[in-house]
Amino acid sequence: MEIRSKEFKQRSVFAIHDANLQTALGRARYGFVGKRALQVAELPEFERLREEAKNTKNHILDNLDHYLERYEAAVTAAGGHVHWARDAEEARKIILDICKRVDAKTVTKGKSMVSEEIGLNEALIENGMEVVETDLGEYIIQLAHEPPSHIIAPAVHKTKDQVSDLFEAAHGGPRKTEVPDLVNEARLVLRDKYFKADVGITGGNFLVAETGSSIIVTNEGNGDLTQTLAKVHIVTSGIERVVPTLDDATLFLRLLARSATGQETETYTTISTGPRRAEDLDGPEEYHVVLVDNGRSKMLAGRFKEMLRCIRCGACMNHCPVYGAVGGHAYGWVYPGPMGSVLTPLIKGLDNAYDLPNACTLNGRCASVCPVKIPLPDLLRELRHMQHQQDITPVMQKRALKVWRYVATRPKLYHALEQVGARFLSAIAKNGSIRRLPLASGWTDVRDLPAPAGRTFLELWQGKRGQK
Amino acid sequence: MTAAANAREAILNSVRSALRRGPLDDARRAELDARRPQHTRPAQDEELVARFIRKFESRAGTTARVASRADVPAAVEAYRADKGLPARAAVGAALNDLAFASLETHHAPAGIDEAMAVSQALCGIAEPGSLMMASGPASPITHNFVPDDHIVVLDANAIVGHFEEAWDILRARPEGMPRATNIISGPSRTADVEQTIQLGAHGPRRVHVIIVG
Repeated sequence: MEIRSKEFKQRSVFAIHDANLQTALGRARYGFVGKRALQVAELPEFERLREEAKNTKNHILDNLDHYLERYEAAVTAAGGHVHWARDAEEARKIILDICKRVDAKTVTKGKSMVSEEIGLNEALIENGMEVVETDLGEYIIQLAHEPPSHIIAPAVHKTKDQVSDLFEAAHGGPRKTEVPDLVNEARLVLRDKYFKADVGITGGNFLVAETGSSIIVTNEGNGDLTQTLAKVHIVTSGIERVVPTLDDATLFLRLLARSATGQETETYTTISTGPRRAEDLDGPEEYHVVLVDNGRSKMLAGRFKEMLRCIRCGACMNHCPVYGAVGGHAYGWVYPGPMGSVLTPLIKGLDNAYDLPNACTLNGRCASVCPVKIPLPDLLRELRHMQHQQDITPVMQKRALKVWRYVATRPKLYHALEQVGARFLSAIAKNGSIRRLPLASGWTDVRDLPAPAGRTFLELWQGKRGQK
Repeated sequence: MTAAANAREAILNSVRSALRRGPLDDARRAELDARRPQHTRPAQDEELVARFIRKFESRAGTTARVASRADVPAAVEAYRADKGLPARAAVGAALNDLAFASLETHHAPAGIDEAMAVSQALCGIAEPGSLMMASGPASPITHNFVPDDHIVVLDANAIVGHFEEAWDILRARPEGMPRATNIISGPSRTADVEQTIQLGAHGPRRVHVIIVG
């Protein structure tokens, strides 16, 4: 997928004025946050599990090469094939080669963020294959020719009316307007595709070294039909998704559904181990896993190692005020919200995503809900630091910072300017708030600024001390 | 070296160089292989069958309980008649010992028009109230996902408390891991249109568990 993160500001403005998007985002915010909170309240062990999950992920990352090798050996022993891809291009080629070898005409897909990351759909379509996304949300956005706007709810930005329009155009009508009818229509259309599919591609929530299994969790069962009915099953997964044992996978499963959709468990947890066996009546004839690095191994080296703990639940974006205001498309690439603002610059380059680490208020909600305790605000701040060091901070901002430094390191000057500022702002305020502020209309056009008291904090403090 | 072997070595080396070390020595590897994690298991203070039923039904699954395995065909027939389904079902060979007198049955994989399937669960997990199914010739995986109605036979004494106990059941199987292990927690659902929960997205619209014993 082409990166458009440089357009973050323009896309944000567009998003804020998109009434449909704002309706959809408002609904999602309430749903995800509220449901997660209920689940967390019902599990007294939740905090302890977060701490264990963090420590377990750290252990895995410290020994990642060993667990990857063990995983590979176990997959092979079960009759499957492991392929290693250094980058997106290698991953696409591996998958294309498999599809071409089996003369694939129809490829069904379960939801896979890695496949978005490597731009897989475009490559398959260019090679003449029909690609069908089977997760309902992914199917909707595929019809709309849009990328996902959320990692677990890809069509969260679409209203029901928009879905009705898309389905009517794609399926030929009559137009359905109720959710059950819309879901049923997609069910019937996609059933044919599952049975027709030559290759089924899914993601992998966890790769289990103990058994050589890939695990996916879904609510719809689309991932299962995708990987069961096609002749070939291909799993795409990042190298960091390996876990040592089924018991380790359990630790993360207990956190994943609660953090993601606010469910105790998703409807289906599926553990796949190799291809169809000699005595089996159904299941795929081939089973392939494509392990994708694409910048991950380099992240292991420094501060951003912590980002590799991510289990892709989406809780950070559900709780992010910036994501909640502008939605996922503004971020311009595959991963939106706080986790995306860390991953995008690291995978696609700091200069390709300048605004993302800066589109953060450092309020800390994301870190407080992250099931593996990734200190997202710290990582975003670190990225800002790197931007400055690599000299890609915009000139105006650098000048402003220089002025700030000059003033802030001279206390007398600082206090004098503060006094002027406080009095000026107080003087232009009406009824306790400032409607318009010169040079800051970007701020005051959409909100009022509370008026300061007219005196600075230091003045008030000294006044208080004087009274004593 | 081939391109594939190159990529593999390059990734593993990149991991190691990022971790500032070479390959782990054999002693450390043996230590890692011997690791047996004991993660926190959420506390439970409920009888296992009662908890399983409560949790499974909380997600729109339905259950019935019968005294013995011989009662299963009658319970299946009662469900079928109640839902007005055709008298035909895909039945896993694991249920070969049962006589479904009122049903036309077959063991083959479920086809696109399959309305109903009856399967044997390997075990139940009380923690989330979920079924664990092991795919194989006696329990084709298509039976779990293709039909609109899925009936699952579960022995009451095969309900365990936590996931970890279910993994031990898998590890104890002489034939090893099933090709597919499906943990099923109710009917298929989606909330992808306006966060509205709708059952029967792609998998079964209804899942009915017959608990034996």
